[in-house]
Amino acid sequence: MMERVQQTDTAGIGDVKRPLDIREHVERADYQTIGEPFSGDAKMTARNVNVYYDEKQAITNVSLDIGRNEVIAMIGPSGCGKSTFLRTLNRMNDIIPACRVEGEFALDGEDIYGADQDTVLLRARVGMVFQKPNPFPKSIYENVAYGPRIHGLAHNKAELDEIVEDSLRRASLFNEVKDQLDKPGTGLSGGQQQRLCIARAIAVSPEVILMDEPCSALDPIATARIEELIDELRENYTIAIVTHSMQQAARVSQRTAYFHMGKLIEVGETKQIFTMPKHELTENYITGRFG
Amino acid sequence: MSKQSSSRASAAIRASLKKRYARERRFQWYGRLAVLIGFVFLFILLADIVSKGTPAFTQHYIRVSVELEPDVLGIERDATRDQIFNANYLGAIRASLRAMFPDVTGRKEKQQLYRLLSIGAEYNLRDMVLKNPGLIGHTSEIWLRAHAEAGSYLKGQVTADLPESDRKVKDMQVAWLDQLRAQGRTESRFNTTFFTQGDSREPEMAGIRVALYGSFFTLLVTFAIAFPIGVSAAVYLEEFAPRNRLTDLIEININNLAAVPSIVFGLLGLAVFINFFELPRSAPLVGGIVLSLMTLPTIIITSRAAIQAVSPSIRQAALGVGASRLQTVTHHVLPVAMPGILTGSIIGMAQALGESAPLLMIGMVAFIMDAPAGVTDPSTVLPVQIFLWADSPERGFTEKTSAAIMVLMGFLILMNGLAVYLRRHFEKK
Repeated sequence: MMERVQQTDTAGIGDVKRPLDIREHVERADYQTIGEPFSGDAKMTARNVNVYYDEKQAITNVSLDIGRNEVIAMIGPSGCGKSTFLRTLNRMNDIIPACRVEGEFALDGEDIYGADQDTVLLRARVGMVFQKPNPFPKSIYENVAYGPRIHGLAHNKAELDEIVEDSLRRASLFNEVKDQLDKPGTGLSGGQQQRLCIARAIAVSPEVILMDEPCSALDPIATARIEELIDELRENYTIAIVTHSMQQAARVSQRTAYFHMGKLIEVGETKQIFTMPKHELTENYITGRFG
Repeated sequence: MSKQSSSRASAAIRASLKKRYARERRFQWYGRLAVLIGFVFLFILLADIVSKGTPAFTQHYIRVSVELEPDVLGIERDATRDQIFNANYLGAIRASLRAMFPDVTGRKEKQQLYRLLSIGAEYNLRDMVLKNPGLIGHTSEIWLRAHAEAGSYLKGQVTADLPESDRKVKDMQVAWLDQLRAQGRTESRFNTTFFTQGDSREPEMAGIRVALYGSFFTLLVTFAIAFPIGVSAAVYLEEFAPRNRLTDLIEININNLAAVPSIVFGLLGLAVFINFFELPRSAPLVGGIVLSLMTLPTIIITSRAAIQAVSPSIRQAALGVGASRLQTVTHHVLPVAMPGILTGSIIGMAQALGESAPLLMIGMVAFIMDAPAGVTDPSTVLPVQIFLWADSPERGFTEKTSAAIMVLMGFLILMNGLAVYLRRHFEKK
């Protein structure tokens, strides 16, 4: 299966049988998400979400639950809106002036976009790891300690030290950097930087971690470390991960959501999505007919 | 078929290669030539200034045996301090000059003789006696400051080869000076006066102290106003302000302000700060305010560019762990942007340091002898002092002008060096 994906990536699509007309499928007025977008034990819920960049609609009527302590993977071709959807969950889109978000979002039943919702608190509860490792140009220690410090989570140096060590341990980075905590975080390798960013995110004890293609800039070995880490983190956190790698989605997630042109086409158990996709578009994507 | 066409293509490429490389070489030579021309002009300029200005750093002194008898000075033997202060030192100096050249008798000749020494010599002598009243009643060998014209002959700037009508040192003076030199009564010393005195009508007594203090106070005011306002404005416009017509208009106007001739700011300062707010004339306070208006656009534009250049991923990272927008800016964006902001500010300050036109409008062109003690005291600044001296006809001021330019350039180099140092320092962090 994967060989075919790579083939289409490099050799083009001329020799692969194209599906009929993708546009026709997704632009049908009566589009409905196939599968089970709702969860019995939802940590976060999103209902009837529409997102616009100026006049352009980026997400059309998406409803999706993120279950407690599950890893949900969001896949789909570039520009399908999966990253945009992820960023609506902790209101990172607020900083883009042209972006307009409609719909109902809740974290533990609490309205995320409500008038009394504070984005600072929300982002402390819903942490984020970005596509490109982006440590602060400060020391490794400062990178991790920054969040707890601004939120006042530690009352003294010893407590802060403990939080930093614990976060680095949980990001399985501590043993590699324990002797160089005062060295700049930007001096680490790409994979280490990304684990540092994960440590930074979990240092403020978030409830949900959003990961936007966290491994796209990493080599396979570093990727494997991060994937192991995601598996361990699942015990304590709820994780939503956007990825371009279908193997990764299959390895780390329990549920998978397939986005296409701003629409949520299909959601289901990861095993089911990758073995028996119900929608033609999903099947075409995971078998590598386009992507 | 395809093999044929590809070989034809490679032949065509090969044929064009020579031309392409030649073009590249030609372009490189144009570049080198441009750089060379620039350097030649810079070198000519610097060489001219340095060669003209260096003599100003030395001052010639003439050793005179001054008879400090009470009756020559016109005081009692046990004179009070006040009497000593008001004694006739000019008379004493003139008498001793006449004694050294007894054959000078005519009134005109005598006047020429007196003009060998600076007008300020009597005050130097007075200060010396006040410090050491024991000199009274004795004849002492005292080094007195030479007149600027005499000095320029002793420095070799004027030679006796010139026809007498073309020089201010007359033949008689030349003869006396030669005689004094032969007797070892002339000496060249480092010109401390240049740094410790204010402006004067006599070149040998003029210095840049007032201008240095004035420039310092003016820049202090400029920095204190322009830096905080400029950086705050840049941060607000870049990080917080909504993007709409109003902010677009503000941005365009800031860019236009940077291109406004600086003298317009001087007119504004005159009309608003002096005439309306009645702030003191000629003061570094008003000069600083006017120059800060002039440097604000520079600081805002460079600061905004520096803030814009901070990678958005750092902002996202900070927001992602729950930092507020202000925390994101102060903890992460500003530290990264600081080298750029500082460089821009220092360049703006260097511009302000070299500015004279707007300060002429607010009266900082006044003739001031005493150094200002604060930002409200009348003062002048280095570029204006240069402008004033460049306007003076005396030969002695020509070298002073170039020397002041050297000092000004020294400070500019220092400030740019500071900008480079700060940038390196912050970037290492």
